[in-house]
Amino acid sequence: MKKSKWSLLLTLVLVLSMFLAACSGGDKDKASDSKGGEDEKATEKPSEPQVLNLLDGEEIPSMDSSQATDSVSFEVMNNVMEGLYRLDKDNKPTPGVAEKHEVNEDGTVYTFKLNPNAKWSDGSQVVAKDFVYAWQKALTPDTLSEYAYIMGPVKNANAIQTDGDPLYGKVDQLGVKAVDDTTLEVTLEAPAPYFLGLTGFATFYPQKEEFVKKQADKYALESNTLLYNGPFVLNEWKHNEGWQYKKNDNYWDKDNVMLDEINVKIVKDVATGVNLYETGQTDIAGLSMEYVDQYKDNDDLYTRGEATVFFLRLNQKSEVLKNANIRKAIDMAYDKQSMVDVLLNNGSTPAYYLVPGEFTPGPDGEDYRKTNGNFGEYNLEKAKELWATGLKEVGKDSVELELLNYDSDGAKKMGEFFKNQLEKNLPGIKVSIKAQPFKQKLDLETKGEYDFSYAGWGPDYQDPMTFLDMFVTDGAHNQMAYSNPEYDKLIEGAKKETDEKKRWQMMLDAEKVLFEDQAISPLYQRGVTGLQKPYVKGLAHHLFGADTSYKWAYIEGKQ
Amino acid sequence: MLRYITKRVFSMFITLLIIATITFFLMKLLPGSPFNNQEKLTETQRYALNEKYGLNDPVPVQYINYLGKLAQGDLGYTFQFDGRTVNSMIANGMGPSATIGFEALIFGTFIGLFLGIIAALRHNSFVDYGAMIVAVFGIAIPSFVFAGLLQYYVGVKLGWLPVAFWDGPEYHILPAFSLSVGVIATVARFMRTEMLEILGTDYILMARSKGISKKEVIIKHCVRNSMIPIITILGPMAIGLITGSLVIENIFAIPGIGEQFVKSINLNDYPVIMGTTIFYSFLIVVIILIVDILYGIIDPRIRVAGGK
Repeated sequence: MKKSKWSLLLTLVLVLSMFLAACSGGDKDKASDSKGGEDEKATEKPSEPQVLNLLDGEEIPSMDSSQATDSVSFEVMNNVMEGLYRLDKDNKPTPGVAEKHEVNEDGTVYTFKLNPNAKWSDGSQVVAKDFVYAWQKALTPDTLSEYAYIMGPVKNANAIQTDGDPLYGKVDQLGVKAVDDTTLEVTLEAPAPYFLGLTGFATFYPQKEEFVKKQADKYALESNTLLYNGPFVLNEWKHNEGWQYKKNDNYWDKDNVMLDEINVKIVKDVATGVNLYETGQTDIAGLSMEYVDQYKDNDDLYTRGEATVFFLRLNQKSEVLKNANIRKAIDMAYDKQSMVDVLLNNGSTPAYYLVPGEFTPGPDGEDYRKTNGNFGEYNLEKAKELWATGLKEVGKDSVELELLNYDSDGAKKMGEFFKNQLEKNLPGIKVSIKAQPFKQKLDLETKGEYDFSYAGWGPDYQDPMTFLDMFVTDGAHNQMAYSNPEYDKLIEGAKKETDEKKRWQMMLDAEKVLFEDQAISPLYQRGVTGLQKPYVKGLAHHLFGADTSYKWAYIEGKQ
Repeated sequence: MLRYITKRVFSMFITLLIIATITFFLMKLLPGSPFNNQEKLTETQRYALNEKYGLNDPVPVQYINYLGKLAQGDLGYTFQFDGRTVNSMIANGMGPSATIGFEALIFGTFIGLFLGIIAALRHNSFVDYGAMIVAVFGIAIPSFVFAGLLQYYVGVKLGWLPVAFWDGPEYHILPAFSLSVGVIATVARFMRTEMLEILGTDYILMARSKGISKKEVIIKHCVRNSMIPIITILGPMAIGLITGSLVIENIFAIPGIGEQFVKSINLNDYPVIMGTTIFYSFLIVVIILIVDILYGIIDPRIRVAGGK
């Protein structure tokens, strides 16, 4: 019995010390540094090791370029695969598999000259028919590629995807031809100045038919059932745990690739990411709003604008929202600046527009956003005036409207803010909030069963059109019964116009029309924020498709 | 006994069938489609995708098809990851989840039993109060708070143990310990109450007066009889632990299955919703069966009642 007394005491001490440790210790500041030092020792080499350690929030959903639909897959593929062109640090197309290209006079036929040194990771050459195969595969109805629509600019791509069209499923009619091993000819439906950048998008990557067919249904499921042609290869892929990139020795431009190894671990919890950053186990960690204040004086903190815009759909199926004055009043009646400052605090900026800022420069080199400026403002007086007029026009003195929302914490706060501001500022309005899980929310939106809906849109290619063509009459993504023939005419015109300047002007005008009608009430352009070690250099961030390129990244000054 | 077990196994499958049926039809009531890129899909594509996964069929047909595959042990393909089966997801995710859960269960049960027994034997002493304070803390503090504190102080500030990830044995300590706190608390409190009750019964007094040593009475009579309620709660607790904790797995970046219980519902990933639910139910019914058999071993009265 003596023994058990001691062990009891020991247990109690242990358990209690755990609680005590949890309650104190806030001032033992930099005890963590020693741990970071130990980690480095393990990889110590004479010269600075080129190893980058990262976190990602999700497992890779797909490594088959014709199946991928999400940002994680796009990012991984962007670093282990390569299309005709890829985007550089300034988001300009830079040669990938293609060395150079020529465009015919009316801008519809692109002839790409492929680099004979471009190799697959098995050593064989990347040839023109690898592109033809991959593009045709994406459009084959059996492939069920959810992103096949992105090939729309290529001749016949849309017809091939449309059930009932005479060309449905006839992928040999697609406007792509392998003239010889190093010459690829692509015919477009209409001129598309953004096409070159689009060739860096995952769906346009090549696939080697022989290899894909040999792997059959195992293709791209594991790191060794995949061929790579990008700056890196996937050396290891532990599902749900992480993956590792290694420099690709067969890459044509390997002299410009500096990193030897990138380790990515899956971490879903922001706090865990921050703790791993503090102990030096990751070089970059994303932050959520509540951490921004804690790190605001830290030099490692970064914020970066993205090209994703969030907005409220104003459903014109609603009697009330059919009225333009009411729509305008609502847009003016809530303070977007404080919404962004208080609720987001992550580098997001208030939006008074649809096409995001710093996204697409026009033919004159000026940013679309700069040319078109802002639409609308926070103006209570004017809002009240318009509101009163609008209510009179619809013959009501009080209205009740429903906001369809996502069920995430951030979106819920946003919804509450909007509701409070509106109910405070517009007499006679009552806003109810319906928060739904993501898929269910999309479903209700598609059915048009809402008044306001909190929505967002990210670009599929680098052109204002990716935002603008959402709102044509009966467009699949219109979903709010908006219709203006003038708008439709401008969009249709811009899609056919061969003169770049005229095309640009049409797109500028279209956005003006959209806001004369106040078809939507824009909320904010999203930003991201996080911590990045100062020795990580040369990362290239992109605005559509993949978020980051590691091709030019390197480590300098870690030791 | 054999007849009893056969009967129980049969009713186990009936239970599973009922659970599968209810889950299937409830799941079909969820609005929305399971496809990732739902926002940008064309009508043709949506139809083709639904066709591929048999989602265009009437629900009763889908149900029969599903049961047919289920009978062969095929849980289908997930919609979240290209070309991956639900069977492989559960198989891969169960390893880490079950390991952590099992460690937490063993550790928690032993510490809990120990604290409970000591507290009962030293009733109303400093030891008793100390043990119960620990137990109350254990119940009151949610495991994720505890996990966060441990991660920050032990992992970051002191640097004694890894902050997160899933590698060698040292990576198990913090998550298993965080999970076990609830177990320790629950087991300790149950054990203390049971022990106190049994210590006051006549047969203990009788055993003592027959001259059996105190040690023997406590081990053979007291502890054994106090175990019955503990075993009852340990069963469901074990399943809760080994099927993974969403929160603990997220905090310590463990590649377990816990997350899928919630995520699959939000994503309308039908095969995973069904797969995880049926798997979980299967574990529950099996464990309940084992618990019932264990009862019989510990308390012969129950065996007689059930085994005729």
